[in-house]
Amino acid sequence: MMASSYNAKDEDGHITMSGPGGGTLRSKKPENTAFKQQRLPAWQPILTAGTVLPAFFIIGLIFIPIGIGLYVTSNNIKEFEIDYTGVDMSSPCFNCSQNFSWNSTKPCTCTIPFYLDQPYESNVFMYYGLSNFYQNHRRYVKSRDDSQLNGDMESLTKPSKECEPYASHENKPIAPCGAIANSMFNDTLELFYNDPNGTKIQIPLTTTGIAWWTDKHVKFRNPGGNNPNLTAVFQGTTKPVNWRKPVYELDADPENNGFINEDFIVWMRTAALPTFRKLYRIIQKKNNMVPTLPRGNYTLEVVYNYPVRSFEGRKRMILSTISWMGGKNPFLGIAYITVGSVCFFLGVVLLIIHHKYGNRNNSADISN
Amino acid sequence: MERRSSEDTGTVKAPESRRQRKKRSKENKTRTVHANLLYDAANKGEENPNRHYANNKIKTTKYTVLSFLPKNLFEQFHRFANVYFVFIALLNFVPVVNAFQPELALAPVVFILSVTAIKDLWEDYRRHRSDKEINHMDCLVFSRAERRYVEKYWKEVRVGDFIRLRCNEILPADVLLLSSSDPDRLCHIETATLDGETNLKQRQVVRSFFDLDCEFDPLKYNSVIECEKPNNDLNRFRGYIIHRSGRRDALYKENLLLRGCTIRNTEEAVGIVIYAGHETKAMLNNNGPRYKRSKLERQMNVDVFWCVIILLVLCLFAAVGHGLWMFQYGDKRPVFDVLSPEGTDLSPIMSAIYLFLTMIIVFQVLIPISLFVSIEIVKICQVYFIHQDMDLYDEETDSHLQCRALNITEDLGQMQYIFSDKTGTLTENKMVFRRCTVAGVEYSHDANAKRLAMYQEMDSEEEECTSHGSTLPRRDSVTSHQSARVVLRSQSTKSHRRTGSRAEAKRASILSKHTAFSSPMEKDITPDPQLLDKVNDCSSQMDFMRFHSQPMSQLPSDLSDTIDFFIALTICNTVVVSSPDQPRHKVRMRFELKSPVKTIEDFIKRFTPSRLTSGSNSSSSSSLITNRSSNKGCSSLLSSPSAESTLTKLHEERSCGGLENAFSPVPPCYDGKASWNIEEGELRYEAESPDEAALVYAARAYKCSLVGRLPDQVTVELPHLGKLSFELLHTLGFDSTRKRMSVVVRHPLTDQITVYTKGADSVIMDLIKPPNTGNSKGKRQKKIVCRTQNYLNLYAADGLRTLCIAKKILSQEEYACWLQRHLEAETAIQGREELLFESALRLETNLQLLGATGIEDRLQDGVPETIASLRKAGLQIWVLTGDKQETAVNIAYACKLLDPEEEILTLNADSQEACALLLEESLHYIQAKFLCSSADQTTKAFHSSFAPFDLYPSSSLSSSSSHAAPFLVHRLGLVIDGRTLAYALDKSLEDRFLAVARSCRSVLCCRSTPLQKSMVVKLVRNKLKVMTLAIGDGANDVSMIQVADVGVGISGQEGMQAVMASDFALPRFRYLQKLLLVHGHWCYSRLANMILYFFYKNAMFVALIFWFQFYCGFSGSAMIDQWYLIFFNLMFSAFPQLITGTLDKDVSAETLQQLPQLYVNGQNSEEYKPYMFWMNMIDAFYQSLICFFIPYFAYADSDVDLFTWGTPITTLALFTILLHLGIETKTWTWMNWLSIAFSIALFFTVALCYNASCPTCYSPSNPYWTMQRLLKDPLFYLLCVITPVAALLPRYFYRACQGTLFPSPVQVGRQLDKLPADTRRNILSLSRVKVGSPLSPKPPFLSLSKASPKGCNKNDQRSITGSKTLEATQGHADEEKGRSCLSGPTDSEMHLSDLYTLVPSDIDTLPYTKDAPQPAEELQPPSTKVSECLDKTLEPSDVSLSGWITSTPLPTPADSVQLNLLPDGAPQCVRYTRNSEERLKPDHAVHPAHRTEQEVEQQLHTKL
Repeated sequence: MMASSYNAKDEDGHITMSGPGGGTLRSKKPENTAFKQQRLPAWQPILTAGTVLPAFFIIGLIFIPIGIGLYVTSNNIKEFEIDYTGVDMSSPCFNCSQNFSWNSTKPCTCTIPFYLDQPYESNVFMYYGLSNFYQNHRRYVKSRDDSQLNGDMESLTKPSKECEPYASHENKPIAPCGAIANSMFNDTLELFYNDPNGTKIQIPLTTTGIAWWTDKHVKFRNPGGNNPNLTAVFQGTTKPVNWRKPVYELDADPENNGFINEDFIVWMRTAALPTFRKLYRIIQKKNNMVPTLPRGNYTLEVVYNYPVRSFEGRKRMILSTISWMGGKNPFLGIAYITVGSVCFFLGVVLLIIHHKYGNRNNSADISN
Repeated sequence: MERRSSEDTGTVKAPESRRQRKKRSKENKTRTVHANLLYDAANKGEENPNRHYANNKIKTTKYTVLSFLPKNLFEQFHRFANVYFVFIALLNFVPVVNAFQPELALAPVVFILSVTAIKDLWEDYRRHRSDKEINHMDCLVFSRAERRYVEKYWKEVRVGDFIRLRCNEILPADVLLLSSSDPDRLCHIETATLDGETNLKQRQVVRSFFDLDCEFDPLKYNSVIECEKPNNDLNRFRGYIIHRSGRRDALYKENLLLRGCTIRNTEEAVGIVIYAGHETKAMLNNNGPRYKRSKLERQMNVDVFWCVIILLVLCLFAAVGHGLWMFQYGDKRPVFDVLSPEGTDLSPIMSAIYLFLTMIIVFQVLIPISLFVSIEIVKICQVYFIHQDMDLYDEETDSHLQCRALNITEDLGQMQYIFSDKTGTLTENKMVFRRCTVAGVEYSHDANAKRLAMYQEMDSEEEECTSHGSTLPRRDSVTSHQSARVVLRSQSTKSHRRTGSRAEAKRASILSKHTAFSSPMEKDITPDPQLLDKVNDCSSQMDFMRFHSQPMSQLPSDLSDTIDFFIALTICNTVVVSSPDQPRHKVRMRFELKSPVKTIEDFIKRFTPSRLTSGSNSSSSSSLITNRSSNKGCSSLLSSPSAESTLTKLHEERSCGGLENAFSPVPPCYDGKASWNIEEGELRYEAESPDEAALVYAARAYKCSLVGRLPDQVTVELPHLGKLSFELLHTLGFDSTRKRMSVVVRHPLTDQITVYTKGADSVIMDLIKPPNTGNSKGKRQKKIVCRTQNYLNLYAADGLRTLCIAKKILSQEEYACWLQRHLEAETAIQGREELLFESALRLETNLQLLGATGIEDRLQDGVPETIASLRKAGLQIWVLTGDKQETAVNIAYACKLLDPEEEILTLNADSQEACALLLEESLHYIQAKFLCSSADQTTKAFHSSFAPFDLYPSSSLSSSSSHAAPFLVHRLGLVIDGRTLAYALDKSLEDRFLAVARSCRSVLCCRSTPLQKSMVVKLVRNKLKVMTLAIGDGANDVSMIQVADVGVGISGQEGMQAVMASDFALPRFRYLQKLLLVHGHWCYSRLANMILYFFYKNAMFVALIFWFQFYCGFSGSAMIDQWYLIFFNLMFSAFPQLITGTLDKDVSAETLQQLPQLYVNGQNSEEYKPYMFWMNMIDAFYQSLICFFIPYFAYADSDVDLFTWGTPITTLALFTILLHLGIETKTWTWMNWLSIAFSIALFFTVALCYNASCPTCYSPSNPYWTMQRLLKDPLFYLLCVITPVAALLPRYFYRACQGTLFPSPVQVGRQLDKLPADTRRNILSLSRVKVGSPLSPKPPFLSLSKASPKGCNKNDQRSITGSKTLEATQGHADEEKGRSCLSGPTDSEMHLSDLYTLVPSDIDTLPYTKDAPQPAEELQPPSTKVSECLDKTLEPSDVSLSGWITSTPLPTPADSVQLNLLPDGAPQCVRYTRNSEERLKPDHAVHPAHRTEQEVEQQLHTKL
């Protein structure tokens, strides 16, 4: 379409008429420039075994050490994971898990003992993990109102239609609206260290600093500006149907309440894959002398609210230290090592090819 | 001659008139035009019958301000892809299925549409501006109110207006010429803007207004014109004018002045507007640029279709997956499965259906929306670069290649068959008179030949200086007046510049160098002294006889023939004479004013005996004396311009005087002041075809100069006789079916009505009056015919174009009889053309042969090299020409189309059956030969050892197998004439014909009509499914150019019709080499790679999302932010591929030209084969798997969120895609680097800006600060390093292995490129010998025969096997052959192949043996041509003769190829040598002697 009328000037209906005297003879000779004559200086790589094999060796030689480094780093990360879904009859949470309802008034608590066989030296991150939970479902991902979460008063009372059918309940706008908020993880996890001498020490869990700084300070804002009285601000709205308590009662700390509650923020960042973990708490390292979590017996106390049996989900609690490259994941190291090795191997193959055929080929090409 | 042959086919079919108004239905078949003046005053034109006709305002714009948007959108939606994308965008507005923000989803399609719309708008605006300019040009229109002509804008001109036109004005509309200031009532126009022909055309005032003495007064006009409805045929206009008296007069195209033409040589003309504005023929002929779909695009469309299939499969898969996923949860609805907005629950099946639609939206990228736009951009760039190529620029004509069809550049790289015209395409179409034969005597014009040879040298030596007369080496034979001529020529050049129009200026620049019609080479003919003497002798005798009032019939017949011959050369044409001192100003040399005979009364009145005898004779004799005295030139007059002007004035006066002295051949007032010698130098001849000009110039060399041409009279100056005015009674113009033209004149000396006919020898020879052998005159005639035929063959063998000149004297009764019917024909409105044609046929009978001419048409520069190199490139070249067979064959040899070493099959058949048989046997022969050569291992081994083809071990195989299967292209040439071609193109035979033709290396179709040319192209194109290119320069090539996949026009000297119809216009044939081998190759490989890359890119990107569906419950979710998803193609990855698609050069231009074999790459579509699409798809899926799963595992079971995980994937995909392009890029210029850097930078910039712009927007991804965070994450970088490497590893490795293990020829070419220049040159010069030979291999047997001491010893195996296959078919010739085979090597000279070569080439390619005498007695009903030919050759005397001749020792033994068969099995070897004129002369000296008249007659009858 475009090309077809490129030189329409010459053809689209006019007899070119130039008046007398207009015949200035300008040569139509094209300019002799490298660009117009397509003679721009150029690098012309030719891919043959001979030219390519250094690249393979170099890649191999670079990747394998990186891979080893990554692998070691990943292995140094300590991680402990405990599944507390309570599918098995033997599981302490079995009873609680039988409770299907979102809105059962009676909280169910279960206690899971576990043993850490090595001390966790640095800051320990406590995650909750869900499996089979499709937080990336298309309609689920959309079901939120970002301007409501940003404290927009209008959106607070009139949630976006994206939140439907979780936009209003009993003619009251839901705050926070949408399916994501509605399905917020609401188990409470508490960790106790069973001192060898029998005492049960609760491990202090930091509730802040688990969300992205930009989320906490830019994206999520409570409505009404700095009005500390969230109850008044959220007047006229109703809590999401599945929630036990309204959004302004999530935390006692006003800096961690309402839409800027970090647990809420973390939940609102929808996970990429159906098996995911979300940061729950941070166990701060107290000092350099004592490990954050010494070796020993621990107890996880769960207030079991979150039903996962409807979608055969699993719930886990994960304790993990992190390195510069994040959590424990040996994959990248292995991948680097593998790719590096493959490259190296292919390099060798190319070397053989080059020796066997390269010369013959060259001579054939050139001398003939 | 050829050029005029088919002007009908030349006119391009125009699109329907833009505005078909309903009102138009009122007029049914004709249009009636009244003068507006009658209605102007009365009642505001309410009743003006002309009011329904379109006015002269032209509007070529498509849109108005208001209609632009809807109309443009409407037009854009004609493209299916646009509809599709709009549909998808609209789908997004449906809540249940929407995948993206609806507004955003509109973005790409809106972008594409608006880009196109802006471009359309801009073009339309340009059109609007030029429309406005044209509409506001001024012209003089008669106004009733003011009773004079007033200036009006063009747009105000209406049908029925009277327009006054002045010299050099451009016609505003189609105007019927009513009056002209020219005393002859003529108007000259230049039609360059319409058809590119720069010669002047004469138009005549409508006959009824012819005799008006006073000025035409519009107020008195009250006739009504009825004519055809507007149509686009430039060469047709029919109608009549009805006067108040009720008299009707017919109107012809000669009366119509077409819009856009320029008035020349006429001070003033008045006409009435017949068609205006868009209804003018010029406008109706305007059809916009051509739109063709290239092969690559067709292939691409297939794969787009596959993409659709893949898309549907993916969507279906996802839909089913989603249904199942939903189903597994049953009634337990999980929290993340959100209800529909209405809160209702969807059943799995409904969800699946909705999801299917959603997936179509999500995966829409798979159908590349930007592909179409990108391809067009790339093509525009390619066209730009082709335009800019210096090598395709012709300095001589200051023109470069024009791409007229802009979307088939890549087709140039895929051509397999080239169909070429000969004249003007392979040759220069610079006709040079070489030699002639008059009354059976040949005049060899040796001096002339030497002169030409000198020019040739000069051409090469001093190309630049030829325009300066002083640098021309003077020859002794040419006297000083030649330098005067040269000076004059440059004067003419200047004056041309002065007058201005662009076309003229261009022409002037052409003129300054050697040019078609008036280069010194063609103008200055050195006369043959013998003939010159004869002419002088003859004319002095005539002079004497006239002086003594002796009847002219007493003149010796050879002398009268001679003078008649030259008279015919001079007047039997349509050459217009003009003098260059006043450019385009007709030389007025009028002696009598008389209209052509138009009525019987007129005829009777004019041809009363009294006038015929006494009157004219006395007057002519009286004038003669004065003339003779004037013959001596007063050359001093010439030098000063003032003298020239006085001369002109004198002429004017004289012409006035002449007017008064009607009916006297030479005006008495002419008192001998003018010097004709001088004026002869000044006169310029403007011919419609160059050979006409050549003949006129030739005649002038013999002092028979054409000095003036008027519609009813031609003035010729003859030596001694002075000027003679021939009353021109009729001109029966040239047409391609008749292949001749005639003029009917009244001879001023004898007062006989004489018909001079000039035409193709084959036609004329058939029309020659069978001589009455009884008397001596008849015998002489017979001898002349016979000898002339001989010389014609000789000329043809020399590659000359031959024309026969004949005359016929009509008695008055005959003429009257003919005239009556002719006049009927002329006045007929229905079927006038046919009637005129028949009328011409009736006249042109029983001619008397005068002589024949041989005109040389020189080959263009570089044609043999170009053909050789194109052939090496695997292209089959067919030449389709209208020339006669011998000429064509010889030109074919000269341009290396035929190789003297190859055998030639000639098919000349008289009937369908004969043709069928001939084809059948040729096929047998080829098969036999094929079997033989494949079986003959020894020859093969010999061949391969002799010419090893090692450069491309793989390509040699592929190339030979590709265009050979199942036929192998042999070293065979096929020559077929037009008549046989007509039979062969019959439905029943076309397959066989193709089978034969395709196995021949070169095919030559002679004497083919334009229609046949196009039929051949169509046949080959449709049946063989190959890409065809047709190249030609004349109107007769138009149909062929239009039929072929790619039509190339040579913007040469034969007007612009071919160029108008073509897709590409080249200044010279040799540019075809670079156009195809370099640009074609590049365009093809660039575009093919780009298209493949596009498919890959989109598939790879879409597959990423597809893999994700497995992890999101097939919910149609995408981890890639919708912005990235939508703009990825449009922005982030768009530029590098455009740069690569435009600039990438796989092999350098030099190497491509030096190794034409690389072209095979494109012919076999090696860059883009169907499997490659799938390979690319597989690679795309592999790469997307890598790009998906490396991040997947790297982030598995982590706290990463959807878009923080998706952004790295996007980035990785971008890197991978760009690096992939990098692998496929062959040349990295700074632009490639820049574009890739730009793409990456653009992506990150956009991402960073986008992610920082709004914390609450862009639902659902809401990617606030994502990129910023990622950039702080080392994991991101680690991924960016490993993933592209892993993804591209297989391709990289494959490419490396391929480059080493089985490099394609192109890769080898690239390796050659990398070598230093001198090394490369060495290698190429080395390899050209070896590489070149296998692709244009010498046939093994021939090389064998070469090796053997006697050229006629050929290998026997072939002949034996061959003869076995053919034994059944071969009649009695077999027996001999069998014998010869059995008798072993001793008489091995005789074998099958020889039989075949004997049949075709002995008879037809060798002019001397061709006309092997064939006694009539021997023609007992021969069933086939073959046997006939056999009989012919078996005729003892002649064969032995030819055998004897050709077995003389030859200077070039390599040329030998033909073997002949002798009656009694005695080995006889006939050799054929080319270019050995020394040898040819004795031949023909001996040969005719052996011919009896009967033989010739026989030959004439069997010829066609």
